[in-house]
Amino acid sequence: MVGKRYPFYSVASVVAMIVLWQLASTYLIDPFFLPAPTAVVKGTGELLREGILLKSIGASLGRIFAGWILGSLVAIPVGLLVGSSPVVRSLVDPFTHFFRFIPALALITLFIVWFGVGELSKILLIVYSTGFIVMINTATGVAAIPEEKICAARCLGANRRQLFLHVTAPATVPYIYVGMRLAMASSFLVIVAAEMLAANSGLGYLIWTSRLYFRIDWMFAGIVLLGLLGYGTDRLWRLVGSTLLARYLREVSRY
Amino acid sequence: MKIMAGFTEPTSGVVETSDGQRVTGPSRDRGMVFQSLEAPLFDWLNVEENVAFGLRMQGMARDGQRATALRYIEMVGLKGQERKFPAELSGGMKQRVQIARTLATDPAIVFLDEPFAALDAQTRRILQREIVNIWLRTQKTFVYVTHDIREAVLLGKRVVIMTAGPASRIKRVIEVRMDYPRDELAPDFVDAFRQIEHDIEEEVSRAWSGNGTLSTR
Repeated sequence: MVGKRYPFYSVASVVAMIVLWQLASTYLIDPFFLPAPTAVVKGTGELLREGILLKSIGASLGRIFAGWILGSLVAIPVGLLVGSSPVVRSLVDPFTHFFRFIPALALITLFIVWFGVGELSKILLIVYSTGFIVMINTATGVAAIPEEKICAARCLGANRRQLFLHVTAPATVPYIYVGMRLAMASSFLVIVAAEMLAANSGLGYLIWTSRLYFRIDWMFAGIVLLGLLGYGTDRLWRLVGSTLLARYLREVSRY
Repeated sequence: MKIMAGFTEPTSGVVETSDGQRVTGPSRDRGMVFQSLEAPLFDWLNVEENVAFGLRMQGMARDGQRATALRYIEMVGLKGQERKFPAELSGGMKQRVQIARTLATDPAIVFLDEPFAALDAQTRRILQREIVNIWLRTQKTFVYVTHDIREAVLLGKRVVIMTAGPASRIKRVIEVRMDYPRDELAPDFVDAFRQIEHDIEEEVSRAWSGNGTLSTR
């Protein structure tokens, strides 16, 4: 458990960082290469007025959420089954440990050939990267359930189906929760790379094309936005954890 | 105990209950209270939901679940704690939840596997007294495993001493004919204690060979 927090220190360190950045680009480094925060804000304003910004954010977030949710919906039941059934585990295991070393980035071009340059290939890439992370975490969670919990439930009369629904699944929620949180971060990674290679919208596309106009301030706008959106979605996920899933996450550290 | 409860298959022989039924797996006729404090409880359920778990699995109506759960929560002295989650309970309270949960499904036999071994000395003494009262009230067969001789004499009507394992057998059965609550300084108590202690020492010295290493046979 992380104990006391000092919000003042966090705000102060962020403010200090921005001030340092501003000073550096004013006095130390050519602002063409390192645009000042004020310039980045100005560039962001331009993108916003031209309607590119919201469109890019919408495109990237749409793909991320679609792939992340779809991937999790597939991976959670598979992970629960892999964790609870030795037969399913033996069937799936060789593929799990083969494919999890093949990063989604290596599949981008293949997926574009297979599924086209449209939304499908990008969403499926995120399904792929999310799926493995969530599935492996879920299966690990099932394996980590103490034997006594299973024995206790059986002594209390739970049959196999009830054991799965009322013990295995809820006891694994902390692992699913953490797995989905990690998968969200990897979704950002995958989508930006995919959008840089083959897309005509999204934050990755924005960062990539800014190069053509020598607009490093736009690149910065895209990069900073990725960080902010990631931060935002993570906070949102933590909010889900501390409200909807609170009863399942009592033992999870609050970091 | 695991074989009796049905978790482990015997390599040979069978386990039968007094009504002639063969034990082939765990069942709600045979309840179990575990030594571990955290692992057996369902940490996403509060006290009341933990106690009602077995009733929910039976498909009992919600009102019935609630009423039964509350009765046993009161019996183990946890009234007022129904809404708390296991993470908010002390070790002793967790074991009370386990006991209430096991009794709620009305099993014919209750197995207790060193239920108070992980508790502090004070809490253990309190729960030892209370488990006797609960046992007397429910009139069920309790099978209680312990390594604590004092605890065995304090609680047991019939104390079964086992030989050193592996392939452990029954060494001796002692009937303790004393009323509850038992006086630890009464001559009968001391006699039973000494007898058991003597038997255990014999087994311990058999398990340890002369050169101070643990014999595997």
